[in-house]
Amino acid sequence: MRERLALSRPKTGACGLTGSWRVFRPVVDREKCNQCGICEIHCPDGVIDEELNIDLDFCKGCGVCANVCPKKAITMVREER
Amino acid sequence: MSTISEIPKEEYIKTCTAACAGCSSSLCLRYVLKAAGPDTVLVIPACCTSVIQGVYPNTSFNVPVYNIAFAAAAACASGMSKAFRSAGKKTNVIAYAGDGGTVDIGIQSLSGAFERGTDFLYICYDNEAYGNTGMQRSGATPLGAVTTTTPGGKGEFKKDLDRIVAAHNPPYMATACSAYPLDLYKKVKKALSIEGPKFIHILAPCPPGWRYESDRTIEMGKLAVKTGSWVLWEREYGKLTVSGPSKAAMKNPLPLEEYLKGQGRFKRVTPEIINELQQAVIKNLERVRKEEEGIC
Repeated sequence: MRERLALSRPKTGACGLTGSWRVFRPVVDREKCNQCGICEIHCPDGVIDEELNIDLDFCKGCGVCANVCPKKAITMVREER
Repeated sequence: MSTISEIPKEEYIKTCTAACAGCSSSLCLRYVLKAAGPDTVLVIPACCTSVIQGVYPNTSFNVPVYNIAFAAAAACASGMSKAFRSAGKKTNVIAYAGDGGTVDIGIQSLSGAFERGTDFLYICYDNEAYGNTGMQRSGATPLGAVTTTTPGGKGEFKKDLDRIVAAHNPPYMATACSAYPLDLYKKVKKALSIEGPKFIHILAPCPPGWRYESDRTIEMGKLAVKTGSWVLWEREYGKLTVSGPSKAAMKNPLPLEEYLKGQGRFKRVTPEIINELQQAVIKNLERVRKEEEGIC
């Protein structure tokens, strides 16, 4: 029945590994970070977890986290490929 | 105002949608679904959100989604909600549509559904153009903005959708902005606790369409609110309240140039048009202030 209805099922990575889109990679300076979690709140794709680790398989490198960080603990570094 | 700790940790969008880097619509959708919870059905007309879900047989949305034609989102959502209620289910039905699907093409079904008064939530995320097809002018595009169909800048003002919806006297309507996700979360939560047709209008800055760098999405939204060009308020049973982030802007808005100069779409705008836009902002702020004080 499901097959005939052509339903899509939820799956991680349904749009591929979007991390390959990235030009700049976010790098967190743990010395400066005060764990406020503002980056996690504003991440458009929700790739920052509760411990504030960034999932680089999916991070698109938009740089919103670096821009909103009040401590300026995140820097965007060019990817070398 | 909600605090960070109140927000549930569950994500209903699996990593990762195909949205552009820095997309504020996917940021808004995260918070809409966090507020709505797992017992939710999304009705999505043609818009960016119908594209970013993923490719069959996979999807990145972890809630049921019904994709429907442009003109029918509100009609579908209102029928679906009616069916759920007759079956005795409390499932939230949310129509999540872009500005083209609300302001231009979907407005007749929106008006019809609000007139029938069925229990559903209509969310319009407004990036002020048809973003999905490459930024063509929509009724929500502001005066002076360059789009692919208005290369010299749009000659008309933005359609005031909120006053059109307000004319239907819904029990709850609000405006929100992607730069204030906690405010958005609180508003969606409140809307879903009220019975009847609800409406939330979200300003969603769009990096490729508005032509600014993707990291400034939050900054743009905050500037829109601080300059008073976008006012955050909620109207519950006809009583308007201005929300926290907009209170400072109501008293003392920043000059509108601060908001316009960061965007490539306003690069060639003349000082006369900036003045016209500024006057419109002042007039709108005055109208909101009067309504809040109960003068009109």
